[in-house]
Amino acid sequence: MSAAPGVAGKLHAAIKPSEMRVVGVSKGYGDARFRTEVVRDCSFTIDPSKLTVMIGPSGCGKSTLIRLLAGFERPDSGTITLNGAPVTGPARDRLVLFQESALFPWMTTWDNIMYGPRARGEVSRETLDMAEFLLNKVGLGQFRNKYPAQLSGGMQRRAELARAMINNPAVMILDEPFRGLDAMTKELMWEYYSRLFEETRRTNFFVTTDIDEAIFLADRLLIMSNIPCQVRAVLDIDIPRPRTLIAMVEDDRANEIKMNGLSILHEEAMKSFSRGSKAAADFVDAYSRRVSKT
Amino acid sequence: MSATVATVAQARLRPRQSLFRNPTLRAVISLAAFVLLWELGSRLKLPWVGDVPPPSVVFKALLPLLDDQGYWYSWYQSSRRVLTGFIAAMLVGIPFGLAMATSRVFRDVTFPVFEILRPVPPLAWVPAAIIFWPTQELSIGFVIFLGAIFTIMLNVLGGARSIDVRFFQAARSMGSSNWDIFRRIVLPGVLPSIIVGCEVGIGITWNVVVAAEMISGGGGAIQSSAGGGLGFFIWSSYIGGSYPLIVVGMISIGVAGYISSAVIRRLGLLATPWVRAR
Repeated sequence: MSAAPGVAGKLHAAIKPSEMRVVGVSKGYGDARFRTEVVRDCSFTIDPSKLTVMIGPSGCGKSTLIRLLAGFERPDSGTITLNGAPVTGPARDRLVLFQESALFPWMTTWDNIMYGPRARGEVSRETLDMAEFLLNKVGLGQFRNKYPAQLSGGMQRRAELARAMINNPAVMILDEPFRGLDAMTKELMWEYYSRLFEETRRTNFFVTTDIDEAIFLADRLLIMSNIPCQVRAVLDIDIPRPRTLIAMVEDDRANEIKMNGLSILHEEAMKSFSRGSKAAADFVDAYSRRVSKT
Repeated sequence: MSATVATVAQARLRPRQSLFRNPTLRAVISLAAFVLLWELGSRLKLPWVGDVPPPSVVFKALLPLLDDQGYWYSWYQSSRRVLTGFIAAMLVGIPFGLAMATSRVFRDVTFPVFEILRPVPPLAWVPAAIIFWPTQELSIGFVIFLGAIFTIMLNVLGGARSIDVRFFQAARSMGSSNWDIFRRIVLPGVLPSIIVGCEVGIGITWNVVVAAEMISGGGGAIQSSAGGGLGFFIWSSYIGGSYPLIVVGMISIGVAGYISSAVIRRLGLLATPWVRAR
């Protein structure tokens, strides 16, 4: 709150509308005989300044796609580009927020946030102000000298958001970031995270298995098939922002999209269920409970 | 609200139960019970303990030693040797373990040799150590060094390999160089394992001190300032047939090992504040 007034402006000005394209990407693991193709001929775009959410049954290859987008691994075939330039490895323009916390346990909140600038030797008045601004922005001003283990789950995710944002990535990639949080914290994080997105309009790619989370957050929703991973359907979520949880529950459009999305997901889960996938069995179970609730 | 719960819980405890809640007190009770059972067992000539001198006799044997220079010199000698051998093991073991963890080639080349040498007990190294090294002290130091190094190396290697791969991915994405990753991810990531390795390692150095100091051969009488160290003190007490002194030596080594491990643990906590902060 006490940070220099121009910091927020600088942060927002630095964000450029960025687009990622995935074209005909395939990726498999294992030796010839035991090879599993996890992603097959998969194509989609992550639109500039949009929050694209990818949902699919667990074990469908979403995490593999994330590793490919981030550049931790290379696709067997097909291309991935960011603003037209091919992705060749990990870089600060595509940062990943991992499932559960990947904050460095031996660094305080402050040191975690300052990791990127220090790694690149970019410690200046400006980055220090930016870190200060982001620290307060995620509401952790009082926790700057705490270690990750001393923070609650929700605080850890917010610290991680700040650690990513200070590097001003063109695209933020989030791999089920709110998994493992309790229901209450999770919903608070949805609201918090979507406010953050609305403020900056940075291109975001968010992966989840939770349909409520997906619809609450998404501008565009990619529904994935079961393994090997492909885009099964694309839904535009044209519900106006800012969204609130209460309004979403009563919103007919939101419920329509949800039923639509669930029926596609259900179909996909059934496919692998008949092939004996534990993940799919779990999903069908969860799905039937959810449908009986609504 | 939790305060109320605690008060209620405390009020419900009977005094005898609350006495057991203090960890220090529990330790004292445990030690006292151990000494008492030992004394009884020894006096009643129970099988096995019957041949061990009772603690009262051991204590009587210890008393004159407390202002015997030779006894304290043994402490000094052993501590010095343990510390030297241990520091040497750290200086070699930590970089070696890190190199094995970070370089695949280095690991493939060194691991087989390492795994063959590791099971050889330090006692088996004694004759070789005497032949290898020009001085007695170097031979002793070498056996102690062997006692600690494998544990330290294995812990460093295991610790470095168990660092979450996402830490490397995150660091790499944010623009870290290899050296930066080594310094800010690998080193702090492996530090808790280094400390565990050292804590266990220094315990082992005390385990092997008897074997190592057999090399020293001592300088004669038991209670003179022979300077053979605590390990030799036990050995020569055995040769001299003084059972109470053997037990004094054993307890001395036990206490020394306990203190060493406690010091390392304490230093380790200072070096890894994030581990304590849970």
